[in-house]
Amino acid sequence: MKNKEPIILLVVIFFTLVTYYLVEPFAHSQMHKHVESEGFEYADLPAMTKTGDAAKGQELVMNAGCAGCHSIEVAGMPAPMDAVMAAGAYGVNPPDLSNAGAVFDPKFLADLIKNPAHALKVEHKYDPAAGKMHPMVAFYGMGGDIDQEVADMVAYLQSIAVKKEELTPKVAFETACGRCHAVGYEEWTQIGEKPKFKHEKDSLAFDIKVIDYQDSLMKYMGKLPPDLSMYIRSRGEHYISTFVENPQNQLHGTAMPRVGVTPHSMEKVIEYLEDAGDTKRHEREAIGKNVMIYIIIFAIFALLWKKQVWRDLH
Amino acid sequence: MAHFTKATSVKDWLNQRLAVEKLEKVMASEYWIPKNINFLWAMGMVLVITFVLLLVSGIFLLMYYVPTTAEAFNSVNYTIMREVDFGWLWRHVHGVAASVVFLIIYIHMFTGIYYGSYKKGREMIWISGMLLFVAFSAEAFSGYMLPWGQMSYWAGMVITNLFSGGSLHADGLVEWIRGDYVPAQAFLGRFFMLHVLLIPVAILGLIGLHFGALRIPHVNNQDGEEIDFDAEAKKYLDGDKAGSKVMRFANDFMSKDMMVVGVYLVFFFYLVFYNYGFAMDPVNFDPADGLKTPTHIYPEWYFLWSYEILRPFNIDLGLILFAFAQVIFVLLPFLDRSPNAIPANRRGKAFAIWFWLMLANMIVLTAMGKLPPAGIFSQIGLVSAILFVVQWIALPFITAREKKV
Ligand code: HEC
Ligand code: HEC
Ligand code: HEM
Repeated sequence: MKNKEPIILLVVIFFTLVTYYLVEPFAHSQMHKHVESEGFEYADLPAMTKTGDAAKGQELVMNAGCAGCHSIEVAGMPAPMDAVMAAGAYGVNPPDLSNAGAVFDPKFLADLIKNPAHALKVEHKYDPAAGKMHPMVAFYGMGGDIDQEVADMVAYLQSIAVKKEELTPKVAFETACGRCHAVGYEEWTQIGEKPKFKHEKDSLAFDIKVIDYQDSLMKYMGKLPPDLSMYIRSRGEHYISTFVENPQNQLHGTAMPRVGVTPHSMEKVIEYLEDAGDTKRHEREAIGKNVMIYIIIFAIFALLWKKQVWRDLH
Repeated sequence: MAHFTKATSVKDWLNQRLAVEKLEKVMASEYWIPKNINFLWAMGMVLVITFVLLLVSGIFLLMYYVPTTAEAFNSVNYTIMREVDFGWLWRHVHGVAASVVFLIIYIHMFTGIYYGSYKKGREMIWISGMLLFVAFSAEAFSGYMLPWGQMSYWAGMVITNLFSGGSLHADGLVEWIRGDYVPAQAFLGRFFMLHVLLIPVAILGLIGLHFGALRIPHVNNQDGEEIDFDAEAKKYLDGDKAGSKVMRFANDFMSKDMMVVGVYLVFFFYLVFYNYGFAMDPVNFDPADGLKTPTHIYPEWYFLWSYEILRPFNIDLGLILFAFAQVIFVLLPFLDRSPNAIPANRRGKAFAIWFWLMLANMIVLTAMGKLPPAGIFSQIGLVSAILFVVQWIALPFITAREKKV
């Protein structure tokens, strides 16, 4: 009698794979528009033509009034208002600029300083002609060459920021996303990490501040930006990075600005989200390898046992 | 009263009280299995193993899961996935097993159809098998509600809405099932109870029935050969192991079962660690939100074919055909009028075509059930759904004309 098992196995595998292909890769390719990353190059923004001077930049940043809205803690400049008040004034708390030079792309920063709504790609919401101004006021120059002045400020921000290798996932996330998005599983709220309070009263007082902040943010954005705790599982890395690179590509008309991160800080942001929503990925890999080895050994023993038992049956 | 003597050994003690030796013979060493069967006959054992994996992982998950709408999502995604040691492992094992069990069930069912294993005294095996299919479907659906994500909520909404019966507008029935106007706490509590108690108990009972139903007719074989089990068993016991057409279930066939299980587990754990995405829908990692309908609502892959039979028609006809699709497989032993209980390919052209077309068409339905119902996909879906119904209506006629081979 001919052994038909190999062909039966092939038939089973064939139909299984066809079904898998149709309901997974194929169906998803039909349901979701695939957006390719542009490498965080921000090709629509003009290249920087001037080399900046950090010392001059420091002075310019003081005079341009950046610190009137932003804190720059490494330079000893605290926030002019607490987060809740700032959100009441601007809709959102302007982020601390200590590490802006490391998190954001220089070309993006230069454009942001000159024209925030343009760099942030929220021009559909703001129209200076109609008196609808972006809450971050644009910098119109201090009398010199504006491009040189902007380049100097960018150089200053880069000089005070942590080095690329030292940028932690947490700092990248807080600087780029933390003012809008909570990440409950990491205890992160829009006004900072929620401390462990001894008294429930203090804890509730903190929660009320968060709610006040969120109310302002909701007014500013039109909706509350979602808690990103599980987004690494619900959206996946590819979607999140291409969305952050240019939110308008994926959700046309969305209120989320283009935040202008560098590819390196995007990786750090992703790592932060993985720590929140896929915390055990390293353990999974390590244990996966061991389980596979164990199971393969089990299968080999099962095969040998079968061979032995069946020797007398033929 | 039976006569008990002083036991000579533990085994003897048990034997007098539980007849363990006899039991062992009936269920294992003298439960005769034909030799001409292939690895597809190990799928039953693969199902048993997968069910055990579901049961064990489920018990661990149950220790930390909180069945309230406020806490369910976090108890799964935070407590189990982050806090509890190996919680993530149990969850991935449970999720992947719940999906893979249906793959194996479908392979097992189509094996039964192909070899005609639902005929000639094996009707009860088939019927109990279909009851298991229904119970597993209910178990999978109720389990899918528990993480209380977006898909839990909206799939729960859509499926319970079916009970309004289309134009019958039996909204009262829908509310009665939900215990509320929309899926909420009462709904979650009920499905939790069904998932962890009532349905698993029913499944255990049905597995017992399924095995009981197998014992008297014995399993079929890949040639549809009628075997005189008593004569062949005698040959085997008289020492002609090679010449007998049958073998013991244990250890003879069980060793092969275990070999197949070994290979299966390699595949299974590969999925658990490296390719679990297909079994855990991304949309369900967004917490349930009754105000935000997801762009695409679709059931898990194993329900897609019957969902697609519902979708292309107006709601009343759709529901009728959906109900038809749910019960029609149970009736297979009675709809197949042919005198042959042999592999489909040897029963003549008509049934061979029927079988392969049914298989291919169900895969097409499965694919269309997930794709957005627009353009060419909805037309393919319509044609496939009609074909499915036509095939079942035609079955008694084409099989009645089959000649005995
Ligand atoms: C009137 C207040 C105000 C002033 C002055 C101001 N900013 Fe801002 N800035 C904001 C607000 C508000 C935001 C947040 C905007 C948003 O998220 O929609 C912001 C955002 C930013 C960001 C983050 C952009 C991103 O991509 O996430 C950077 C960097 C920044 N400002 C730098 C500066 C610098 C440098 C200056 C000085 C030249 C400056 N800002 C002056 C209010 C201000
Ligand atoms: C100025 C506020 C703001 C900042 C800063 C911000 N976001 Fe958002 N984000 C939003 C808003 C508002 C939405 C909701 C968009 C919508 O639904 O239209 C959103 C939505 C999202 C979404 C969900 C998109 C979807 O498909 O539903 C993701 C993912 C996201 N943001 C990631 C990030 C990341 C990562 C960062 C930092 C690199 C970031 N956001 C920074 C405001 C912000
Ligand atoms: C999900 C739980 C199920 C379990 C645990 C299970 C288990 C088993 C086992 C152990 C066998 C004997 C070995 C074999 O032939 O594979 C068997 C046989 C069989 N089962 Fe199932 N089964 C399940 C579901 C089903 C379903 C859904 C059907 C289809 C209606 C089905 C139909 C059959 C048939 C027809 C046989 C006899 C095969 C033959 O005689 O050749 N079973 N089952």
